[in-house]
Amino acid sequence: MAEQPTAISVRDVTRVYHRPRTSLRHPSPPVHALRGVSFTVPQGQRFGIVGESGCGKSTLLRILAGLDRPTSGSVAIDGRDITGLRERQLGFVRERLQLVFQDPMSSLDPRMRVGDIVAEPLVAQGHSNRRERVAELLEAVGLRADAADRYPHQFSGGQRQRISIARALAPRPKIIVADEPVSALDVSVRAQVLNLIADLVEELSLTLVFVSHDLSVVRHVCDRVAVMNGGQIVETGPTEQVYEEPQHSYTRRLIAAVPTLGKALSGVSAADLNREY
Amino acid sequence: MTGNVTGDVLAVRNLDVTVGGRKLVEDVGFTIGAGERVGLIGESGSGKSLTALSVMGLLPEGLRATGSVRLAGVDHDLVGADEARMSRVRGKEIAMVFQEPMTALNPTMRVGRQIAEVLLIHRTRPDRASARAAAVELLAQVGLPDPAAAAQAYPHQFSGGQRQRVVLAIALANDPALLVCDEPTTALDVTVQARVLDLIVRGVQDRRSAMLFITHDLAVVATACERVMVMYGGRLVESGPVQEVFTRPRHRYTQGLIGASDLTVVDDRGRLATIPGSVPPAGQFPAGCVFRNRCAHATEACATRPEWVPTGPDSGYACFHPASESPASQSGAHVKGTPMNQEAGRG
Repeated sequence: MAEQPTAISVRDVTRVYHRPRTSLRHPSPPVHALRGVSFTVPQGQRFGIVGESGCGKSTLLRILAGLDRPTSGSVAIDGRDITGLRERQLGFVRERLQLVFQDPMSSLDPRMRVGDIVAEPLVAQGHSNRRERVAELLEAVGLRADAADRYPHQFSGGQRQRISIARALAPRPKIIVADEPVSALDVSVRAQVLNLIADLVEELSLTLVFVSHDLSVVRHVCDRVAVMNGGQIVETGPTEQVYEEPQHSYTRRLIAAVPTLGKALSGVSAADLNREY
Repeated sequence: MTGNVTGDVLAVRNLDVTVGGRKLVEDVGFTIGAGERVGLIGESGSGKSLTALSVMGLLPEGLRATGSVRLAGVDHDLVGADEARMSRVRGKEIAMVFQEPMTALNPTMRVGRQIAEVLLIHRTRPDRASARAAAVELLAQVGLPDPAAAAQAYPHQFSGGQRQRVVLAIALANDPALLVCDEPTTALDVTVQARVLDLIVRGVQDRRSAMLFITHDLAVVATACERVMVMYGGRLVESGPVQEVFTRPRHRYTQGLIGASDLTVVDDRGRLATIPGSVPPAGQFPAGCVFRNRCAHATEACATRPEWVPTGPDSGYACFHPASESPASQSGAHVKGTPMNQEAGRG
């Protein structure tokens, strides 16, 4: 593939949180959520970030979306640095980059109709012809147009995640950042939503940042993957290569710990998954 | 009849769970042999957790179980047994590990005391001192570093994986004949899941306990269990040895589930196999075969309820149009391009 322009560029980002004191004598030690994270995502790439809880992946996402600021380092979206910008100057980020969250129940307002939920980013950005666009979006994610008049609780988990995806696509973003979008879904529905994401990324030539704790989902979805541990990227490379020939000991342990049907049927036991590498 | 003659630890017969006339679990029957590890898989709303809670006598208020649940060594049926009788069985003959370890533990009690409590209540240790020593020993068995100090700590001082190990220590304290696990590793990270899974399997193997392991994760069941039962829409649709069911599924739902969970097999467009539609909410499954509204092989025959077709002592399926016995590819489940919006018109 020829050199693609860069969609996201992250340079040496650190983020230090200060926790409230719990002792009269000593301040609480600061939390180093990110320790020097750097990567670039070219336009059109499907970039995966894997890691376990506490590895810093959520902090990284918040910084990418302009919801949090790095302590040091810089983040550029479509070549524009967003780290020094004020909230009101971040409008272009909200148009270019949209988020899909893990739990579609808590990320959809239960008192809003689906049509209004999907239209909200359009309202925020002052678009007209919202009704038409909402119908188009609902169709694009495989929901009926009359879904617009219903409330989130009337939908199943998979359908709610479709609604979240429709809302994310509303302002015609070029980058979608998805945070564990299928972890809360049933197996039979997970495949549908993964296929939908793949279809949309292809049709709309989106750049996708896909965060998951599940390496096998990332392997299916992404071209490139970064493995995070302790606030750092410990390994990055083409997904297939990282999966087949993991270089870092943490990556090896992570891959070994994932149970798969294939492994289990060829005799891999629970004790084998738990082996240190 | 006291106990049972077949050597089974658990025998469930004709179990129904109803709420206000709606059947959430229907005619579930199975047995678990001594020391056998059996998985129960299904998606949300399949009735797998209600089945486990019926066995434990822990159904939420308003839900009613009928049928029979017999446990070896217990001279009464667990269905309909009063709380006084159930509390003598629970924590001794059967114990349970829940999904959320934080809610399963008492936040105001030191961990060591919570473990000692279950030993003292069932009088399996003569006095406090020996129960306390046994608690430390149990914490060591579930691999907590510095078990003596851990016994003095409160649940909030532990991580999620460590809490689940404490819950496991409590469940295994009295060497139960049957350990029931309801999604014990679902809330955990992958490497922590591997550790807890290893501890669970070792724990029941060391005690020769039987296990009923409930999860939606096929790979976890295949790793931890010898036999698997598949539930959908409140019914058992297939059961058999893990190797059999996962390589030669007969029920179309099992076949679809295996296809949809396999992320390594894609079609020529790079898309995964799917089951069309979504799981209906509890009580709204179709009559006859519960899977027929999502099944590509459904015919008019499926409007009547399929009989259980036994294929072995502990295996069988309930389907009019089963997949062939040869370990062929799961082509039947690949229904591509089916509009998913058919499920939107509900509510």
